[in-house]
Amino acid sequence: MAAVELGDRLAGLSLGRSTPATVRVTGLGRAFGDRPVLEGVDLEVAPGEIVAILGASGSGKSTLLRIVGGLDAATAGTVTIDDHVVAGIDDRVAIGFQEPRLLPWRTVADNVAYGLPSGIAKDAGRARVAALLELVGLDDFAGHRPRAISGGMAQRTSLARALARDPGVLLLDEPFGALDALTRMRMQDLLLGVLDTAPTTVLLVTHDVEEALQVADRVVLLGTEPDRAGARIQQIVTVPGARPRDRGSAELAELRAELLAGLGIDRHAH
Amino acid sequence: MTESATLRPTSAAADAAELDAARPRGRRRPRRGALANPAVRVALGALIPLVLLGIWWALTIPGAAIVPPYRFASPLAVWQAGVDLAERGELGRFAAISLQRVLLGFAAGAALGLVAGGLVGLSRLFESLLGPFLGIVRAVPSLAWVPLLIVWFQIGEQSKVILVAIGAFFPVFTTVSLALHHVDRGLVEVARAFGRRTLGTFLSVQLPSVLPAVFTGLRLALVQAWLFLVAAELLGASMGLGFLLSRGQSNGRLDHILLAIILLAVAGKLTDSVLALVQRWAARRWS
Ligand SMILES: Nc1ncnc2c1ncn2[C@@H]1O[C@H](COP(=O)(O)OP(=O)(O)OP(=O)(O)O)[C@@H](O)[C@H]1O
Ligand SMILES: [Mg+2]
Repeated sequence: MAAVELGDRLAGLSLGRSTPATVRVTGLGRAFGDRPVLEGVDLEVAPGEIVAILGASGSGKSTLLRIVGGLDAATAGTVTIDDHVVAGIDDRVAIGFQEPRLLPWRTVADNVAYGLPSGIAKDAGRARVAALLELVGLDDFAGHRPRAISGGMAQRTSLARALARDPGVLLLDEPFGALDALTRMRMQDLLLGVLDTAPTTVLLVTHDVEEALQVADRVVLLGTEPDRAGARIQQIVTVPGARPRDRGSAELAELRAELLAGLGIDRHAH
Repeated sequence: MTESATLRPTSAAADAAELDAARPRGRRRPRRGALANPAVRVALGALIPLVLLGIWWALTIPGAAIVPPYRFASPLAVWQAGVDLAERGELGRFAAISLQRVLLGFAAGAALGLVAGGLVGLSRLFESLLGPFLGIVRAVPSLAWVPLLIVWFQIGEQSKVILVAIGAFFPVFTTVSLALHHVDRGLVEVARAFGRRTLGTFLSVQLPSVLPAVFTGLRLALVQAWLFLVAAELLGASMGLGFLLSRGQSNGRLDHILLAIILLAVAGKLTDSVLALVQRWAARRWS
């Protein structure tokens, strides 16, 4: 009941800017100095699609996300969002960073408000922040400073800040990394709930295969081939079944084993 | 399960537990025992000055002085000198003119230091342009400016205010430009990612980040301002606490010298306390 109400409230607060956008990555490469990190990455994400990016630590997941978000520049190839070539920050894109990165001198509520798009009316902004805080379960902590909340709460604040933007493309870099298993699952459900009411194209970086299989329409596996320095897309998997998915299904178990093997982990060796 | 249960990511109890885990971070160690009492701390702070006053008094008891009066004036003599100068109107005039010079010079120097520190800290261009030049200027010993300023501006107010401003400029400039270099890049990136341009980034991230350093710089600058004031007044003035010092020296008036030293200490401490109060308020607001 409450979810429906809150969903309605958020939907009512939709700022009408969030038409989900198409993200197209073409021949993307990124080298730091002469060390290639990404090579020849091609990916097309349909409007409203949720794509999870899996990969080992250091495989360039954050780098890819930062380039799509306009925070870093590719050394080869292009990224387009709805046919606009990305060259800097695009105000339809919102980013949830790998670390919460909250402004320590602002309260939780003011940190969420920091994500509001410019030009939004004061009252509308305040209502939106209140609804988002309720959504991520932090309404009781609206007045707290970041140093007075836990790491998991800070990550939820960071997620709410990104959602406040009402983005057409939502880039999330391990948004639930600091959460315990239970909270993590709840937050995954919650994110899906938000996306139901306010559909957005989502690129979600994670190193958690389970999370990718629960949340994503497709899973992209980034990795380095033995004879190459830069990471490429190793595999793109379409996850079967409508959400919420049964975590125990045999089909998913098979995919899970496949992805874990792709990450270089042999399940049977454990 | 109700919908609200799935919606709430954590129960209140889990939040409380999370918060408990978070609590020790960034908190000051609680003061323990008698030191928790502010009155006790004030009394402790007053202890050494009072003991020194007692020793001073004991060494200079009129009639039975261990140190002869021409070497050291007694506390009573200093007090009387103060009353005497006050009655003649000199004391108020001297203190007021010195305070005026410090405040004017401090305001001008600190304002310029903020601007220059901001430019050098925020812009590579200004860093290359201004950094080396200001580094050279800073290397000039402060007293070396005095003859030049006196030739240019005579022994008027300007020469003193400018010297004080030079003294106040550098601590502010240095702390602000350094602090801006060390602003968390991640937060600057957040500002950009959420659509802030140069000014918006400065106001929402860089300025709040460097405020504590700004206040440190301002307090150092105030100390320097008093230092440079005395230098200016010692070397050429007809009024002021520094002039009281130099006149006392040439007349052999130890009571005047000691009085000027005590007044400078009190004035410096009082002006610093005002800044410390503002700093405390700012730290609560922006940390
Ligand atoms: N600014 C930079 N300068 C130099 N090298 C960089 C820079 N940013 C990233 N790298 C390098 O690029 C590689 C990929 O980094 P990236 O942060 O994208 O990995 P990741 O897949 O997100 O890893 P993790 O799962 O640990 O977050 C790393 O080897 C890293 O050292
Ligand atoms: Mg990363």
